[in-house]
Amino acid sequence: MSSTTTSPKNFIQGDIKARIDKWIAIYPEEQKKSAVMSALRIVQECHNGYLTNDLMDQVATYLEITPMEVYEVATFYGNYEHAPVGEIKLCICNSISCMLRGNQGIYDYLEQKLGIKPGETTADGRFTIKKVECLGACGGAPMMQVGKDYHENLTNQSIDLLLAEWEK
Amino acid sequence: MVKIEINGQVVEAQEGCMLIDVADDAQIQIPRFCYHKKLSIAANCRMCLVEVEGAWKALPACATPVTDGMKVHTKSAKAISAQKSVMEFLLINHPLDCPICDQGGECELQDVAMDYGDDVSRFTEAKRVVSDSNAGPLIKTDMTRCIHCTRCVRFGQEVAGMMELGATGRSEWMEIGTYIEKSITSEMSGNMIDLCPVGALTSKPYRYTARAWELIAHKSIAAHDSMGSHIHVHSKNNEIKRVVPRENEAINEVWLSDRDRFSYEGINSDTRLTQPLIKQNGSWNIVDWETALEFTVAGLQKTLVNSQDIGVLASASSTLEELHLLQKLARGVGIENIDFRHRQVDFTIDQTDFNVPTLAHEIVDVEKLEVVLIVGSYLRKELPILNHRIRKAFLEGAKIAVVNPIDFDFNYKTTLLNIESGMVFNLAGIAKAVLDIVGETDQTWLNSIQPTDEHIAIATTLVDAKKSSIMLGQISQMHADYSVLQKLASIIAESSSTTLNILPLAANEVGAHLVNFLPKLGKNSAQMIKDGLKAFINMNIEVEADFTDADAAVNAMNKAEFVVNLTAFDSDLQRQYADVMLPIATYAETAGTFVNATGLKQSFKMSVEPKGDAKAAWKVLRVLGNMFDIAGFDYVHSNEVLSELLDNTADKVDFSAVSSQLPTSNNDSKVQIISPYHVDAVVRRSPSLQATPDADPATMGRG
Amino acid sequence: MVEQNENCFRLNHLENSWDIETYVANGGYEVWKKVLAGELEPSEIIEEVKTSNLRGRGGAGFPTGLKWSFMNRYAPGQKYIVCNSDEGEPGTFKDRDILRYNPHALVEGMAIAAYVIGASAGYNYIRGEFWEPYQRFNNAIKQAREAGFLGENLLGSGFDFDLFTHLGAGAYICGEETALIESIEGKKGQPRFKPPFPASYGLYGKPTTINNTETLASIPMILAKGGDWFNDLGVHNAGGTKCYSMSGHVNNPGNFEVRMGTPFKDLLELSGGIWKGRQLKAVIPGGASTAILPAAKALEMNMDYDSIAKAGSFLGAGSVIIMDDQTDIVKVMQNLSHFYWDESCGQCTPCREGTGWLYRVLTRIVEGKGKLEDIQALKDVSGKIMGNVICGLGDAATIGLTSALEHFEDEFVHYIEHGCSIYDRS
Ligand SMILES: Cc1cc2nc3c(=O)[nH]c(=O)nc-3n(C[C@H](O)[C@H](O)[C@H](O)COP(=O)(O)O)c2cc1C
Ligand code: SF4
Ligand code: FES
Repeated sequence: MSSTTTSPKNFIQGDIKARIDKWIAIYPEEQKKSAVMSALRIVQECHNGYLTNDLMDQVATYLEITPMEVYEVATFYGNYEHAPVGEIKLCICNSISCMLRGNQGIYDYLEQKLGIKPGETTADGRFTIKKVECLGACGGAPMMQVGKDYHENLTNQSIDLLLAEWEK
Repeated sequence: MVKIEINGQVVEAQEGCMLIDVADDAQIQIPRFCYHKKLSIAANCRMCLVEVEGAWKALPACATPVTDGMKVHTKSAKAISAQKSVMEFLLINHPLDCPICDQGGECELQDVAMDYGDDVSRFTEAKRVVSDSNAGPLIKTDMTRCIHCTRCVRFGQEVAGMMELGATGRSEWMEIGTYIEKSITSEMSGNMIDLCPVGALTSKPYRYTARAWELIAHKSIAAHDSMGSHIHVHSKNNEIKRVVPRENEAINEVWLSDRDRFSYEGINSDTRLTQPLIKQNGSWNIVDWETALEFTVAGLQKTLVNSQDIGVLASASSTLEELHLLQKLARGVGIENIDFRHRQVDFTIDQTDFNVPTLAHEIVDVEKLEVVLIVGSYLRKELPILNHRIRKAFLEGAKIAVVNPIDFDFNYKTTLLNIESGMVFNLAGIAKAVLDIVGETDQTWLNSIQPTDEHIAIATTLVDAKKSSIMLGQISQMHADYSVLQKLASIIAESSSTTLNILPLAANEVGAHLVNFLPKLGKNSAQMIKDGLKAFINMNIEVEADFTDADAAVNAMNKAEFVVNLTAFDSDLQRQYADVMLPIATYAETAGTFVNATGLKQSFKMSVEPKGDAKAAWKVLRVLGNMFDIAGFDYVHSNEVLSELLDNTADKVDFSAVSSQLPTSNNDSKVQIISPYHVDAVVRRSPSLQATPDADPATMGRG
Repeated sequence: MVEQNENCFRLNHLENSWDIETYVANGGYEVWKKVLAGELEPSEIIEEVKTSNLRGRGGAGFPTGLKWSFMNRYAPGQKYIVCNSDEGEPGTFKDRDILRYNPHALVEGMAIAAYVIGASAGYNYIRGEFWEPYQRFNNAIKQAREAGFLGENLLGSGFDFDLFTHLGAGAYICGEETALIESIEGKKGQPRFKPPFPASYGLYGKPTTINNTETLASIPMILAKGGDWFNDLGVHNAGGTKCYSMSGHVNNPGNFEVRMGTPFKDLLELSGGIWKGRQLKAVIPGGASTAILPAAKALEMNMDYDSIAKAGSFLGAGSVIIMDDQTDIVKVMQNLSHFYWDESCGQCTPCREGTGWLYRVLTRIVEGKGKLEDIQALKDVSGKIMGNVICGLGDAATIGLTSALEHFEDEFVHYIEHGCSIYDRS
């Protein structure tokens, strides 16, 4: 649980700080805590896609809340990572509609192409595959989320195209 | 008031009260785990589900407000089925390791399971195992046993005011803990042990030392601060195994400070003195009591030619009876050098008055204060129970301002006045501001003071508030300018109709005043040390640790010709300077009385027999009194000693001896900061407390 | 001919339907202007919404007009309007399209609701994964603000209203309205025990009204065309159109906005019928939290609350999951139970401990290690969760399974006796 990676001191400054401040501004003045989810998202995004204890503590300090309040939030929501992940994280929907439309084939094909199963990261640190619950795009099943984008109606061919794109 | 029916019984209740409270008052049992009357409602365990007519599903009694005409069934088929369901769910992942669990015999889960658990569970999947991390020297965690009631988490948020434990993760992976490996540092942390209904949080020092059903409970009073918290001392085979709070709404509610809970380890310490010792020709001999007392009397009589050459020093955590008899003995032979205030350095006020420190509010009323000005105190650590009441006031909206030399961590929001300015200047500023606001002009000596905006702001809230209070704590009392601080505080108090409190710290400080354990005609503690007397009688003190100027104190003892120590503990240093060491009982081994901060006299009985040949100090003093042929020393019972005492209440303090001039230098940095676990000989010998961050002034409260 | 796209999706066919220009050109913000001009009283609006027979589209189907009437507009102090765009129920993806294609309808709907309840601020809670929808919505807010439809003293009316987005971070439970409130407050999304209800103690402890995206996006057209118009589109007990999400084994999955009461058969046809030339086996008509129906029952029902209830399920969020005749129902149930186990917030005992129990038993059955007693165990455990929990998630975790055991128990038995599904010939 405790992460040994040290993260940069004073991570929350400059652009990162400005982005967090924008979120703080939309809540009532005494409710800075409301910005914790966005702060964690931003910090994670700027820190190779995962959080460390130190980063969570920095968020706590910045928002003037206790570290425990941040840990609780950071471990409750599924989108926060607590260990290093691949540069490209393939979040493949594992829920009912995607299952009905063959997401198993997608897992199998990706395993064949990347040599990893869900929950694993390629040796070169490029890719991680993660099984996630319904992403609210069941009409495009099977589908996955990569970064901020949804990729729907996945087939072996469309995966090949994506992989080729990411090769570049 | 509304009328409801529970199991056919008509019960009257206040509308909106929770059903579980109403049932409790009517002595109708409803099982529960997450509910606790001192914590917010979580309604998460679901154990208290009952049938309410008209509701399609069972409702949690802890979170269901009563309404007129409500018909409730706590034992109907529907209620029982819901309760049994919950019980089964709680047990499937519970290890059921009762034989090796410290909670066995006093486990709420075990108790309820007897009534609601089915013998065989159909759950055949693997049970969950949760790894543990070290939560510090006081609390042992076994999180596999946790049933996620979140009482401990809510305690941290709501009572301790520091969220050290949390529930991280979700679903089945939700875990209660510190998340990162970290000691729990709240000065009230031990209460989580009591709150935990299962064996997930247990006492590290108590662990495996006894089973609940082997223990005998003795009612007693806590001895390490002036609150007079009610406790149960639990013993087995005449040894104290643990101390737990005894509920008392007026004082400690259901709580206890860690200091009062874990200090008993000191009583069981192997440094206890168990036999009388006398020093003859430079070497120590074990002797019987008679020999030791004869030796004592003979040794003192040599010095008694001039009774001004003898000093009598005691600790204010001694009982009222002990202090009374010791001063009576001293005065009986003409000794007037009597004192217990070994950490005080400024005794100016003594010239005109002996100001009795008191908490001038009932402890419960502290919750109702609107403004509190704390002067010279790390109150959380000094008086945790009082601090808890202030926290409650804060949660109700009270403003708390602090004049301190250090930015301590309070568990509520405070306004800390500029540390650089110094305590005296800050208090003078507030005083002047108050005088300006109310238009008083007779304190001309303050005319040169320029109050800052902060001073004026605080002065204004003090003047405006209906219920406000100033509290001077340990740091004030140890301050080189204590008398000035007191005088300024009293000016503020008087002009702004604020209550002034000099907070008594030790368990029986008020008692020590009541029995006149004071140098009314003789030398105070500091003078005795400084001047170096020929002989000393010391009770319950360790000169190297209980005095501000410890070096001088040790020196004085070394130089004295004859030193008698009534002490519960042996030590190399005493063997160096003392001539007699008389083993006495600790507070738990004697009957006695403490007078708490509010003046409440509380007597308690002996919980366990004294160790070895140790005797209750009051009995030793009685014999000594007789040996000195002093009249009135024929007590057979400590009660008789008590009845001899007179109440004397404090009048207004005469400050005429305190100069109307402010000190020219800032003396804040000279004050020694004392760890809460360093205040007396017993707590100093609790290894568990000594292993916490609070044992060191450098780390206390910093986690 | 089945009428389509009469309300929330009415602009979907247009280019840049999400732009304020498109929206305004098609009558958008006219109602809001009327409201700000004082031509529509809060009480009139509530009456109109009541007349429309609009029921909450988030899943529970609570009458919207009635919900709004619980708020005391004139009580002093801050109040909030909150929109629920958390959309996490498996099978549901309609709100995503409203956010992407018609975000201004939601902005306008929220503004009107805010006016009715006297709220000067609103939050739309969008699930964190919906980045594109979030940007569309945020852009709509920006455009509306620039056009003077959001902000202070709107169009000189003296009424202030501003709107913000809160982004989730991956937790289905935040769709539950009180968990959603906790989440906006920056906490774990754990449902609160009710009472008190959000209308008295909501966001930051202030009176709050929460509605689903589709509910709020339906408001402008209801007020533009009248409550009767909307009511007449639907059936007795439920007015209007409804956005149905069709997923699973159909040829043409997607969202279809049709009138309440449309026959299921027609909806199935709209979505291209069963794929691969197969037959319908079963339907989950309202999202993962509603009961599964065998084909025969589904084919007879209409898509409205009462008709689906008569068939033995619930309209829920209108998320229709279609299963063909090769579908392994036991695996479907294993998948659903995994979802609830994974997504339980963990606070209350029966859900925290029970959902994992169900999943483990089902997994054992799927792995060929089931025992006949397991069927009774599944029923018992479901019964012990149902009704004993804080929020609907725990209950929902049992609904699908209980109904599957009712209609397809033989498939579970087959699994246990043969160690494989009825479709495995091994
Ligand atoms: C576990 C659970 C998940 C829910 N998820 C959603 C959701 O994703 N979106 C939604 O609008 N309502 C959801 N709801 C329903 C909401 O609690 C609430 O009833 C709804 O947002 C009210 O809006 P409406 O009256 O407009 O339907 C959920 C309820 C539960 C119990
Ligand atoms: S039913 Fe489940 S999701 Fe709902 S409050 Fe209880 S544990 Fe949380
Ligand atoms: S005691 Fe009521 S739910 Fe726990």
